[in-house]
Amino acid sequence: MSALPMAGAPAATNTIGLTKHDYRGAPTTLCAGCGHNSISNQIVAAMYELNVLPEDVVKFSGIGCSSKSPTYFMNRSFGFNSLHGRMPSIATGALFGDHTLKGIGVSGDGDSVSIGMGQFKHVMRRNLNMVYIVENNGVYGLTKGQFSATAEVGLELKRQGVNPYMPIDICMEAIISNATFIARSFAGNAKQVKELVKAAFSHRGIAVLDIISPCVTFNNADSAHHSYAWGRDHEEPLHDLTYIAPREEIMLDKELEEGEVREVTMHDGSIILLKNLDKGYDPTNRFEAVRALEEAQRNNWLITGLIYKAPEKPALVDSYNLVDTPLNRLAEFDLRPAPEMINKVNALMF
Amino acid sequence: MTKAINDFSIIIGTKNGSGSSTANNTILRSIFKMGIPVSGKNLFPSNIQGLPTWYTIRVSKDGYLGRREEQDIVITLNPDSFMRDLASVPPGGAFFYADDIKLPISRADIAIYPMPIKKLIKDDANIPGNFRELVGNMIYVGVLAQMIGIDLDAVHAALEFHFKGKQKPIDMNFGAVKAGAEWAKANLEKKDSFHVEPMNKTEGLIMADGNTAAAIGSVFGGAQFVAWYPITPATSIAEGMNEYLPMLRKREDGKHTYAVVQAEDELAAIGMAIGAGWSGLRAMTSTSGPGLSLMTEFVGLAYYAEVPVVIWDVQRIGPSTGLPTRTSQADLSFVAEIGHGDSDSIILLPGDVNECFDFGWQSFDIAERAQAPVFVLSDLDIGMNQWMSRPFEYPKTPMDRGKVLWEKDLEELKGNWGRYLDKDGDAIAYRTLPGNKYPLSSYFTRGTGHDEHAKYTEDSTMFVRNMDRLKRKYETIKQYLPKPILHATKGAEVGILAYGSTEAAINEARVRLERDHNMKTDFLRVRALPLTQEVDEFIAKHDRIYVVEMNRDGQMHQRLTLAHPESAMKLISVAYGDGLPASARWVREGILAKHTNVPVSKPAAKATPTKKKTSVKQTKTVSKNSRKGVK
Ligand SMILES: Cc1ncc(C[n+]2csc(CCOP(=O)(O)OP(=O)(O)O)c2C)c(N)n1
Ligand code: SF4
Ligand SMILES: [Mg+2]
Repeated sequence: MSALPMAGAPAATNTIGLTKHDYRGAPTTLCAGCGHNSISNQIVAAMYELNVLPEDVVKFSGIGCSSKSPTYFMNRSFGFNSLHGRMPSIATGALFGDHTLKGIGVSGDGDSVSIGMGQFKHVMRRNLNMVYIVENNGVYGLTKGQFSATAEVGLELKRQGVNPYMPIDICMEAIISNATFIARSFAGNAKQVKELVKAAFSHRGIAVLDIISPCVTFNNADSAHHSYAWGRDHEEPLHDLTYIAPREEIMLDKELEEGEVREVTMHDGSIILLKNLDKGYDPTNRFEAVRALEEAQRNNWLITGLIYKAPEKPALVDSYNLVDTPLNRLAEFDLRPAPEMINKVNALMF
Repeated sequence: MTKAINDFSIIIGTKNGSGSSTANNTILRSIFKMGIPVSGKNLFPSNIQGLPTWYTIRVSKDGYLGRREEQDIVITLNPDSFMRDLASVPPGGAFFYADDIKLPISRADIAIYPMPIKKLIKDDANIPGNFRELVGNMIYVGVLAQMIGIDLDAVHAALEFHFKGKQKPIDMNFGAVKAGAEWAKANLEKKDSFHVEPMNKTEGLIMADGNTAAAIGSVFGGAQFVAWYPITPATSIAEGMNEYLPMLRKREDGKHTYAVVQAEDELAAIGMAIGAGWSGLRAMTSTSGPGLSLMTEFVGLAYYAEVPVVIWDVQRIGPSTGLPTRTSQADLSFVAEIGHGDSDSIILLPGDVNECFDFGWQSFDIAERAQAPVFVLSDLDIGMNQWMSRPFEYPKTPMDRGKVLWEKDLEELKGNWGRYLDKDGDAIAYRTLPGNKYPLSSYFTRGTGHDEHAKYTEDSTMFVRNMDRLKRKYETIKQYLPKPILHATKGAEVGILAYGSTEAAINEARVRLERDHNMKTDFLRVRALPLTQEVDEFIAKHDRIYVVEMNRDGQMHQRLTLAHPESAMKLISVAYGDGLPASARWVREGILAKHTNVPVSKPAAKATPTKKKTSVKQTKTVSKNSRKGVK
């Protein structure tokens, strides 16, 4: 396999000695300009910068153009491209195999909130230890341009006519399902995507990233709410956001004063530094988060940034009191009761 | 009156939800405790409270455990089913009823015993008002015990077991039993012929239901992950896991080597189980037909992606409402063909409680060896009814974890491996598991369209090569499957082929067929699909093979004729599905009804030294209860 570090080549490495190449995947087969590609690139950059060992990550997806993405980043990680709408269940079972692993799931708006709405919401309340990225383009890309459940009312698409239904707001669904980390971003805002991926990765539990990711082939008209043009014109960042790894020094811009920054501390000691708080937004306040989402929906604002971060809660595997050894490394000695136990059981059968 | 000793059956009619199950189990256990072979079956409606429900107990000195269609003793506490219950008592039978039911009884041909349940229970100062209905059931236990001779010590032992030694409920319930027995002794005169007498035929045996056995077997199989969604009649498997995993896999550090997740539906349950199987856990789910329908897409994926997972289907009648709490063997075709695209299924077919236990642990070995879904098709009759059986036996073979490569294996191979590479020529490739830190260990899983190193490809030759390997894999796996069980009779020309819970009824029917109809039979009970060589040999060896099963279409028969077109003419379907457990009578009558125009290949007289009928003729002794629809 070509993903091994190349001996001798004087490539730049991160602190665990890996090059950017170690985080790459196969060449993309998605359309040129597809928002999904830029997200994959930011995942590669984020993981490289976070010094994550690729073997500590498991990738998951459902079905769709977006769900193909895990092939295009982190070749050295295990991955499972599952069924349409069913990524959450596959990931839930798989991450029990080794509780030290972290999941990165990539899904689409169709995959997550049409066919997969049930699993989407239940994986939120279970607080699976996974970054859950929804590459949200308002359409079904892979089946060639039908409306998805996040398409805005009135959207007109070739061969589909006009969408008569109200859209589903992914962040809103996540928050009412008790997700513990919720953010929205825009594929056109590469830096923010990268910072949010890092922050999400540091979160223990489910971290939902609803990333508006334009489908250049089927839904990129300037007036469409999931297009590049609309995103550029309507993006309203709630704050500027910088992820600061544990033990990294916080470098504040000179002109910023206290009170103008907000720090959100993560369970691993990392910090999300929020600047330009002219909107006064507090992402640790659940009421405010719901209000902000509601307001954005009414005004057609594309609010981006960290929308909600809950106080620390145990992730799914944490609440099962599992042995320290990953379950998938246990052998017969730990798994099969001793021979004398059979008598104990038989004595109970009457 | 000649005594009928240890050979009769009892049916108890109550209202669903009235708490009669403790009483019925107490009768069952008491008789078992007296050393008499006994079996109990719950014939219950899909309802929590109110609808009529029946419990049948068969006492059989000869050890027959199948359902008997005739009931000799009828006990009824339910005014709604009273008239029906009364009419069902055969001449010479006995009828016990709660005397607060004021309905006319006009039968002179049976023994009639009123029971003042309400009055006796009211008179008992030890029973608080809110317990009266529940404990009231114990009155009929006492009356029956007195009238047929059930030992009260045995009743006490049964209660001690049921209440796990808790003195208060034991005393309260036993008090009611005694009150019933004493009242009956003073007030009732024995007018029927049914008696129990102690034997020693249950020594060393246990009493269990198949779902509990399945759960415990799975725990001994090292189950690590269970995801499930509630559905009768499968629920008690997962609930059994919840009970026995903590008990049997307790560790000093208090930590768990397993996880049980109640999923939001069966789509998620199977998804989680497959995810866990993929990451190397012994993973399972339990469901019934409706749930399995939801699981089909995922199961198909697991076939192609080659993921081990164990799926218990405790069969019932479906879909939707109607008879969901009745037993069936009608999922066989569905499971055998499950999954879109070309596919194969490994199916285990437990025939009794012991096999539920054995397949509980064996299914994991087979699934991990095959890297494929393994279905275990049980049914409501085995799964939820109490069966007398041999004690569970500790697994005889160590766990087979199949072909898995960890870091040190990959170091030896210098990373030279392919997820779908048939290295050993047995069509089973090696797999690695998430968490493996060797840099070349990982692979990317998808359904179809991968090369031998799990790289994406839509290449046709590659696809065909992989599909051919999958086919061969199912040949390899045959050697790991439980072999059919042959019950042979010397000189038999007729074969019976069946599977699952019909075994008890068939064995009983075979005795009668030989005794009353001079039909000697060999009986092959198939325990797994794909079919193995033993089945081919059995078919080849017999002139006529009756394929007995509990469904309308003769699903196993269909599979056999597909696999053996050359033998289609001699494979004869005896299929019937009405939701009730198989009885010896329908097996026998079903076979006899089809046993016409038999070409006599050899003079049968040689084989029959007695002066009975010399050839097997169809006898028209079909009773009014017979199964008209046998086909
Ligand atoms: C059960 C099932 N139904 C339908 C499909 C067809 N299908 C494939 S992708 C897709 C929609 C994908 O949309 P989305 O999740 O938004 O991903 P995108 O392609 O837009 O990134 C559909 C309907 C399928 N693969 N499986
Ligand atoms: S069709 Fe749309 S979503 Fe799919 S790859 Fe092309 S641009 Fe991306
Ligand atoms: Mg989409």
